[in-house]
Amino acid sequence: MTRETAIGLFLVAVLLAFPLVASALGEPFYITLATRMAVLALAAVGLNLALGLGGLVSFGHAAFFGIGGYVAGILTSHAFNQEPIFSAPFEFMGSDQMPVVWLFAVLVSALAALPMGAISLRTSGVYFIMITLAFAQMIYYFAMSWPAYGGEDGLPILSRNAFPGLNTANPLSLFAICYGLLMVALLVFAVLRDSRFGAALLASRQNATRLAAVGIAPFPIRLAAFVISAAITGLAGALYADLNRFVSPSMLSWQMSGELIVLVILGGTGRLFGPVAGAMLFVMIEFVLGGITEQWQFFLGLILLGVVLFARGGLVGVLAGKVRHG
Amino acid sequence: MAEPVLSIRDLRKTFGALKATDGVSIDLMPGEIHALIGPNGAGKSTLIHQIAGSIRPDSGSIRFLGQDVGALGVAGRARMGLGRSFQISSLALEFSALRNVMLAVQSRQGSSFRFLKDVLRDRSLTEPAMAALERAGVAARAHVPAAELSHGERRQLEIAIALALGPKAFLLDEPMAGMGPEGSRTLTGFLDGLRQEAPILLVEHDMDAVFALADRISVLVYGRIIASGTVDEIRSHPEVRRAYLGEAA
Repeated sequence: MTRETAIGLFLVAVLLAFPLVASALGEPFYITLATRMAVLALAAVGLNLALGLGGLVSFGHAAFFGIGGYVAGILTSHAFNQEPIFSAPFEFMGSDQMPVVWLFAVLVSALAALPMGAISLRTSGVYFIMITLAFAQMIYYFAMSWPAYGGEDGLPILSRNAFPGLNTANPLSLFAICYGLLMVALLVFAVLRDSRFGAALLASRQNATRLAAVGIAPFPIRLAAFVISAAITGLAGALYADLNRFVSPSMLSWQMSGELIVLVILGGTGRLFGPVAGAMLFVMIEFVLGGITEQWQFFLGLILLGVVLFARGGLVGVLAGKVRHG
Repeated sequence: MAEPVLSIRDLRKTFGALKATDGVSIDLMPGEIHALIGPNGAGKSTLIHQIAGSIRPDSGSIRFLGQDVGALGVAGRARMGLGRSFQISSLALEFSALRNVMLAVQSRQGSSFRFLKDVLRDRSLTEPAMAALERAGVAARAHVPAAELSHGERRQLEIAIALALGPKAFLLDEPMAGMGPEGSRTLTGFLDGLRQEAPILLVEHDMDAVFALADRISVLVYGRIIASGTVDEIRSHPEVRRAYLGEAA
């Protein structure tokens, strides 16, 4: 086992132990805090696939996070109100079952990412950042001005979606679901990274000219990575909506996109457990500093500055050293 | 006479007023090393880029293995079997030498849309890659990141990657560049044997290597081929002596 794996396993063990201890002590608030960590980590695992492995600095991943959230909100509200979402060619009433909601969140996010990636990936560098931002802003303003689902007021989820065999109103059950999905996403990330697809994706970041010269066109590889990345972040969005029992355009905002990038950088760009470290650190900073001062983001900024200047590999990089690709 | 492996006809490319490629026609025959020489700024790199597919010519045709490849991009031509090495080493610097070569093996074996198997445990990738490194003489450095290789080792790695593609033709852009005399001699001997595997279109400034290796030489000056022939013919060609060798030799 490498040092990086050991550190990563320690982190996920802490993340698991935290709510269990909180539950034993009768402090449900801390369970919610841990759930927030797990969901944000999941969203960042998605972004890490594009940003960390592929070097695709998407400043629009809030779009997928928000789409996942709205998919959950819309399906649930229709199921709750007994109104069909559409009635032709068949009647679809929405759903209040998590697995169904997840499936739709993943599919709709991926479908949105396909044209968005196909257009954005024709550019690179700053232009890529700006185009992904522009797409996300379009969706943000669309959500703001769509009165059917709350517009700028957002859409409440009156009753949390159900999961077979679990009571999702229990914070610990919800944590278990989010944590389980995070573990699956980490496994998917690790397997993809080590596969042929991952090799091509990593090479496309390091030297796209070289990749093309051996006969592998970078564009389809990047597009696939972007779509898979969006699907994972979209799934996290659906969980986030269920956690807060509320969806609003703020999930689609550029601040959210920035927050996801911050999570990845804090934890360690391209590192398997980077998003977990980043999300745990971020939520802790938000909670601890946020309790002391209103200006906690100023201190977050300082920490980020420190990471970018002195610890390029993020938290995982500091603890485990440089990446070695076999 | 056999069919040419690579056949370029009346290729033209202008950048503004500059005629970088001005009606170039070149054939690469099976089993030969065809050297392309010319002074700096003659348009050698532009020509190589057009053959590799990274620059689109204004007119003219490029046929590879009897097929017009004008519509194919860099990756498509490489998949057909055009093995290229770069004038300035172009590698995935974070990857080890072995993983750089494994990319070529992976490409040769087909789709990169395989998501499950761990490449480092896939012997169908590692073994051919290791063999290519051995042939190029850098097997001892297989697990060293490309960023930590010396200049000469990077040149050898470029060759190993081209070998691993199992190409039908090599397009080598100054493979000797920056190598010491010892390294150049070794590489010359190596390329000499390589022509049996696939013909080589060789752009090279090292005249000793060119004269030792080339079956034919074409001289490019201001985007035009001013002479084409055997080593002896080129050596004694008056226009070539004036335009090029006069200042180099």
